[in-house]
Amino acid sequence: MKALRDALDKVHPFFEKGALLEKAYPVYEALDTFLYTPGEVATGSTHVRDAIDLKRMMTTVVVALIPVTLFGMWNIGYQANYAIQEMAAVGMDSSGDWHHWIHEAIGFGHNPSNFLDNFVLGAIHFLPIYIVCMFVGGHIEMVFSVLRGHEINEGFLVTGLLFPLTLPPTIPLWQVALGIAFGVIVAKEVFGGTGRNFLNVALASRAFLYFAYSGEISGDKVWTAADGFSGATALGQMANAAPSETIANPAIASLGSVSYAWGETGAISWMSAFLGTIQGCIGETSTLLCFVGAAILIAAGVGSWKVMSGVVGGALVTSLLLNGFNQGTNPMMGVPFYWHMVIGGLAFGLVFMATDPVSAAMTEKGKWIYGGLIGFMTILIRAVNPAFPEGIMLAILFGNVFAPLIDYFVVYFNVRRRLARYATT
Amino acid sequence: MLEHYLSILIKSIFIENLALSFFLGMCTFLAISKNVKTALGLGVAVIVIQSITVPANQLIYSLLLKKGALVWANGFIDPSTIDFSSLDLTFLSFISYIGVIAAMVQILEMTLDKFFPPLYNALGIFLPLITVNCAILGGSLFMEQRKYDFVEACFYGLGSGIGWAFAIAALAGIREKLKYSDVPPPLRGLGITFITVGLMALAFMSFSGIQL
Repeated sequence: MKALRDALDKVHPFFEKGALLEKAYPVYEALDTFLYTPGEVATGSTHVRDAIDLKRMMTTVVVALIPVTLFGMWNIGYQANYAIQEMAAVGMDSSGDWHHWIHEAIGFGHNPSNFLDNFVLGAIHFLPIYIVCMFVGGHIEMVFSVLRGHEINEGFLVTGLLFPLTLPPTIPLWQVALGIAFGVIVAKEVFGGTGRNFLNVALASRAFLYFAYSGEISGDKVWTAADGFSGATALGQMANAAPSETIANPAIASLGSVSYAWGETGAISWMSAFLGTIQGCIGETSTLLCFVGAAILIAAGVGSWKVMSGVVGGALVTSLLLNGFNQGTNPMMGVPFYWHMVIGGLAFGLVFMATDPVSAAMTEKGKWIYGGLIGFMTILIRAVNPAFPEGIMLAILFGNVFAPLIDYFVVYFNVRRRLARYATT
Repeated sequence: MLEHYLSILIKSIFIENLALSFFLGMCTFLAISKNVKTALGLGVAVIVIQSITVPANQLIYSLLLKKGALVWANGFIDPSTIDFSSLDLTFLSFISYIGVIAAMVQILEMTLDKFFPPLYNALGIFLPLITVNCAILGGSLFMEQRKYDFVEACFYGLGSGIGWAFAIAALAGIREKLKYSDVPPPLRGLGITFITVGLMALAFMSFSGIQL
């Protein structure tokens, strides 16, 4: 450790003002403070004394994301291996692409009940996406911080992990690069970097890909990493269920016989959707582990429980209202709240995306309104908008757009209330 | 029937938002969105003007300009000299709409000046500027294109005004927040506002595709 510190101290003079590598100071600074607690203290007139700084805060989010990430990797492999096994049972051959060649070359099989088989196959899918994302986004971030002279921020570690988790495992790597480049440049760096943007960066990247290549990641088809396998996701199945007045919940009944391309049918139970052993984007499937992440964020004081409860409350009220107005013509309107929570990305979005402290509402009352708006919009888009099966991404972006206005009115009414109080006494 | 009118209202506020899905009225939208207070004042002015001019223009269109609309005048003039039933005056629609808008803005301005001087002073120059706001003319032209009747035009005028006011208030909120941003010098001012509006429109895409 001492050698490392000495090595850093030795190169430090090269990066100081006026020295040869002055421009590259942010790169040095990022490495140094990543490894060691910064030696500088704040100067100037305003001080906040707190043990946590931006760096530790962002690291907490990364820690909260680890369970979801690990489970996501296992689940990609599990879904792919399960599909391959089922296809082999009906005599179909799934040759697979380069992911599978690597998987077999290093000596792993396709047994869905074998933990390592699943995990390794999932890692082979997830890690390239993650590496491309960090490489492209990180370099853009580095170029901007060198040119603009701000520090390289740990905010990107969070964005760079959140964004891959919202992607399907089968996404082409060039799309990952394009998406994160759009997000980091247009949604963040042109506003001045971490903490100065108004949209959630990971979601802006995702939305860019969503509208640019909507045929591939719209969210109604499953993205299983096995060739020749296709079917509808849980949300897609629900939206396309035949309307029925006789069955109480045609949308949920349709999940009992999810059909896939090779003609087999499976079933999705509420429990499997809650635990996360269903098809979906890499990080979104497990509601349970999203809640574990939520517990970590709330315990550490990083994520706002008010925003989370606001989203849950908004979704609850909206789905109850829609259940009440359900006339049997739109199956999505009859889906009860506890199903809405476990399918799609609602849990993932409300825990990790909506609570982004930069783009969310800042005022305490505003957080409730902001969360409620997101929950309301999510269920509304799912049920009423036939163009999009999933609504959480656009709902959070919509909430981001209105968050400053919500803050403005909360502050305005508070000022007015207190002025009135002082005027009378 | 009420459901039909409500759906026109909701549609014009969110789904077919004049500012964020048609990008109309951009000049005022970008120029007068620096702070929430003036943006809200302008938004209210647009709501009032829009909900007066769209129905008024609907009446002008359906009673004067549309092909055969002047058939009622046949009783006053000998039909052999001029046949009103085949007269088509729609080529006059642009000039008459903009005339109506200018006149309405003037009337509203004088009314506010006389009866609500505080509001008049708060709105200041923005009120006459509405005359040249293309969102207002756009509202009337959409009304003509979609063949709304009078009641539909009332709801459409109100809804499209509210939608525009919503959008400018949200943009003003964001721009107030962006005061703390560190935008690269070449992009400061209008450049970053354009990018902001584009990103807002991305979020408003959540409504595209909803059928009411």
